[in-house]
Amino acid sequence: MATEIDQEKAPAKLKIVEDATCTFCGCVCDDMELTVEGNTITKAKNACVLGKSWFFNHHIEDRPEAMIDGQPASYDEAFDVAADVLFHSQYAITYGLSDTTCEAQRVAVAITDWIGGNLDTTTSVCHGPSGMAFQGVGEVTATLGEIRNRADYLIFWGGNPAESHPRHFTKYSLMPKGQFVPNGRKDRTAVLIDVRKTKSAKAVDTFLQIRPRSDFELAWALRGLARGIDVDPSVEEKTGIPLEQLVEVMEGMKRAKFGAILFGMGVTMTRGKHINSEAVLALARDMNRHTRWIAKPMRGHGNVTGADNVVSWSTGYPFGVSLTRGYPRFNPGEFTSSDLLARREADAALIIASDPMSNFSQPARDHLASIPVVVLDPKLSDTARIAKVAFTTATYGINTTGTVYRMDDIPLPLRPAFESPFKSDYEILKAIEARIRKRQLQAVS
Amino acid sequence: MPAEFILIPGRTSKQGTSLNEGKYTDNYQTEINTLQMNPDDMDRLSIAEGDVVRVWNSFGSVDVPVKSGKAELPIGVLFISYGDKSCRLMGGETHGSGMPDSKGLDVLLEKVES
Repeated sequence: MATEIDQEKAPAKLKIVEDATCTFCGCVCDDMELTVEGNTITKAKNACVLGKSWFFNHHIEDRPEAMIDGQPASYDEAFDVAADVLFHSQYAITYGLSDTTCEAQRVAVAITDWIGGNLDTTTSVCHGPSGMAFQGVGEVTATLGEIRNRADYLIFWGGNPAESHPRHFTKYSLMPKGQFVPNGRKDRTAVLIDVRKTKSAKAVDTFLQIRPRSDFELAWALRGLARGIDVDPSVEEKTGIPLEQLVEVMEGMKRAKFGAILFGMGVTMTRGKHINSEAVLALARDMNRHTRWIAKPMRGHGNVTGADNVVSWSTGYPFGVSLTRGYPRFNPGEFTSSDLLARREADAALIIASDPMSNFSQPARDHLASIPVVVLDPKLSDTARIAKVAFTTATYGINTTGTVYRMDDIPLPLRPAFESPFKSDYEILKAIEARIRKRQLQAVS
Repeated sequence: MPAEFILIPGRTSKQGTSLNEGKYTDNYQTEINTLQMNPDDMDRLSIAEGDVVRVWNSFGSVDVPVKSGKAELPIGVLFISYGDKSCRLMGGETHGSGMPDSKGLDVLLEKVES
């Protein structure tokens, strides 16, 4: 790559970062080759359209390092105000964490524990229902490497990878040539199940356009067929899919040597939620009576899987964890952020690398805007705009090193492209933690 | 007479790319503030591209311009990218799951006469 660049124009600043990791989506592709000129990434070889946009638009912005009540402030001033907000809270929530490193996530867990707050991540409004379903029926799982090398039958369910995870098809699932699928796409059969005929429909062999809110019924019908139970033809009225077509799909599923169901938020966000996920996971389990099948959620944010892992190994639960009694309690619906805000229970919030003001329900947004909020984000967001304290941060993976987890729970290292004048989430959280501890120790001495 | 629809908020590739440019860029704001509709539904209700419609349910009401969802959307289904508008149509109830009903929302729709 370096030979393509005019060395005389930028001899000192040019840098090539090989095997860099893209943290935009849950694919976490770690084969990026970045060309860096000063504080700008000018080329991102191997990146998809989303990855290119991620790398090309995270340059150093002309913004204050922190804002207090909408006014520019220094980091030190902001650390103190943030620590005061959290120290004096009665029921603070920590939320977000899916777009930062595992190292920063650990500090966020520690802060929440010190102050006896509530810990939750964007998982609760993403694949949280799948996390609940794992506890109900288990997860027959595999890595993306196994899918790439083995899967000869793929079902994409309630998702649109062509737009949301553009390299999933080409790098991990549909297209690549693998050890047991040497002809790549020709050796694989693919089905898409969705309400919308999205761009992903063009890539598959069979598109099942189901009626809205009928994922559970479809999964249950397929479970019946997998177990040899007669399914009533009325399933078509509910799902829009004729029984004959389901039987045909099931025959193909049984003939497969290795099948994978990759499901998205069309399953988890629709009425039924964790019950929908349970049905899909149970279908994969049932299929193991015939041949090897697995099911994996398609995770969205770059390190949302890391958030699940860090919160799980720290507290025993993946999200929606109350630390108010000094020991972890898990109860989705009670200790999940959307609920705590909509019920107007939280009195302060620490929001890390997330923008709930742009995706929470209106009652939750109304309450969040009424309490003191501490925000860490590399970009200006709706949540930063209503914050008591807003920190501008370095971008993980582009400016900072650390660890992230791919959607299949594989940890990967980050190789930053250039330094940022802004502090990392980890550094900011450590500074806030130190100030909270100082206040706590002073209070008891 | 309002028409009944099912609204499916979601993410798009364009939203993903414009998100990195910034949430206050024209591209991003246009993406999260535009409603997609099946062309047959548009014909049935005499709605042209760019016309503003009112979409509401028991939780809130929003006015949004319409564009054709082409063949992607079945009749009776609407799509909008996640953002301020979709939030206003979401209630706080999660049915013990932590997840509000975020897709498959029952809504009513009416053209806003200019």
